[in-house]
Amino acid sequence: MTAVDIVLVRKAIRERARWRSLEIAFWVAAACSYFLFPTHLVLLTQIIISGLFAMSLDLLLGYGGIPSFGHAAFFGLGAYTAGLLAAHGWGEPLSGLLAGGAVAGATGLLFSIVIARVHGAAMLMVTMCVGLLVYEAASRTPWLTGGDTGLQGIAMWPVLGRFEFDLFGKTAFWYAYAVAFALYLAARRYVSSPEGLALEGMRENPTRIASLAISSAKRKMIAFTVSATLAGFAGALLAQTTQIVALETLSFDRSVSTLIMLVVGGLGSLIGGFLGAALFVWLRDILSALNPVYWMFWLGLILIGMMLSARGGLVGGVALLSKRMRAMIGSAT
Amino acid sequence: MLGFINILLAGIAYGFVLFLMAGGLSITLGLMKFANMAHAAFAMVGGYSAALLIAKADVPFVPAVIGAAFIAALTGALFERVLFHRFYRAPELEQVLMTIGVVYVAIAGATYFVGPEQIAISVPAWLEGNVPLGVLEINNYRAFLILVGLALLGGVVGFIERTTFGAKIRAAVANRRMTASCGIDVDRLYTAAFALGSALAGLGGALSVKLIGLDPYFPIKFLTELLIVVSVGGLGSLGGTFVAAILFGVVDVAGKYLFPEAGGFILYAAALIVLTVRPQGLAGPQL
Repeated sequence: MTAVDIVLVRKAIRERARWRSLEIAFWVAAACSYFLFPTHLVLLTQIIISGLFAMSLDLLLGYGGIPSFGHAAFFGLGAYTAGLLAAHGWGEPLSGLLAGGAVAGATGLLFSIVIARVHGAAMLMVTMCVGLLVYEAASRTPWLTGGDTGLQGIAMWPVLGRFEFDLFGKTAFWYAYAVAFALYLAARRYVSSPEGLALEGMRENPTRIASLAISSAKRKMIAFTVSATLAGFAGALLAQTTQIVALETLSFDRSVSTLIMLVVGGLGSLIGGFLGAALFVWLRDILSALNPVYWMFWLGLILIGMMLSARGGLVGGVALLSKRMRAMIGSAT
Repeated sequence: MLGFINILLAGIAYGFVLFLMAGGLSITLGLMKFANMAHAAFAMVGGYSAALLIAKADVPFVPAVIGAAFIAALTGALFERVLFHRFYRAPELEQVLMTIGVVYVAIAGATYFVGPEQIAISVPAWLEGNVPLGVLEINNYRAFLILVGLALLGGVVGFIERTTFGAKIRAAVANRRMTASCGIDVDRLYTAAFALGSALAGLGGALSVKLIGLDPYFPIKFLTELLIVVSVGGLGSLGGTFVAAILFGVVDVAGKYLFPEAGGFILYAAALIVLTVRPQGLAGPQL
């Protein structure tokens, strides 16, 4: 590598880590929404948490090209860990959050040994089995998890010993916002680090990555563990802010909806998961209120339509639009 | 001992029901390499067609089941022509999401047109009751399922592996352009194969209603089961799918009888172990 090459590579890496306007717009809009929709704080908190969960899947699928049909396993593990701690007398939010992430991450590390062995379609099946397995384990141990009725009796202490969780969800909103934003920054660091570059390289060309003496299996294991940990954090946030954990947090349905949110938002951009979650949760809220079946119908049609037409989800669509706008402005002047 | 054999028989009968449905998926997902998550939706079409033909139009059981298979085949062919054929060369993930979209629309459609409640099917008198077999008594309907399943296994395996139709499909999957340049109409071939897969789904769906009931959420409830059967069996192998379906049925029923507190846990753990040790499935080709 010559000196010029190194300069170019450094520039390329800096360019990857640059903040794009869509990212800034989302986080500013999310903060503003607190003041604009003060009666919808519970829904807004849901969006942030679902977005964080979708982002965790983005690390795996968008960056690593590893699909998962059972990611809710880690979301639910985080939720049950944080929920159980709080239900059994330890309601301190931050340590509960860390515990949720740690348990999900450790389980993710365990399963990543299996995941690193398989490719392609088998990956979907293996992750689906992992999801179903954890779901069954939780549903068959009602003495621990509360089974079908869900885990109840969660009592949270104030955040940082100061901010009580209130009935309107004000504290819950800012708590979820702060945690999600911090984890977003961490995920940004991860994807623009050499580790993240190697992960993307593996997605693009596994043979070439192997010839650079980079172990694909190890990249997969790290990505899977990081992703599981983040999913666990998201689950723990849900348990702490809603103060109930339902079996639904572990379900196949949750895995699939998160996959949909991510693809609707746009793969491989981190912010795509949040944008997709915003659209998905908001639409579901409106359409389910009319009739749950309407929601299913429209969700199905939107999915089919998206797959038929635009590629790249919301993030791709906005990029295309801004490119066209620039071209128009360019031709006008 | 007798109890154990009865559990085994119940498991085998359930396995045959699964095989009837998974056999079709083995064609579309396994052979044609199309990630068809909507397969159980075509099974649902078959189930509703049979139940409604019997209840509303007074069609006898056997013609109703055959009619259901035809209706499912037509629906499958229609979807293939209008929608699915555009996705044969798309990435797997897009196929998965598009067909999941179809599943959602199918659930909404079934709820809207038929209603959300679970429906039952009435079977003729000769399928009620038990048939004595030595010291055992086998439920007539289960015996019927096993016979139909065996006939179908023979028929379809023969059709795929011994006829030029099966050879053409395998050729088209391996090299589409080369097959087309041999003068084979690949588009029509794929539509026919998809219709065959859907017909099997419809037949399985129609015959399964008696055992497991039917409601609009059927396509998503059975999706995971069928995917496990086909991938544990080995993609593209009907024999493997058959073995996996029977194993699945026996492990599931026996597990739920003998260890009711474990539920489906044993089953999913077993599937996970098989897929870890042999990612290509029991009968799949060596990777």
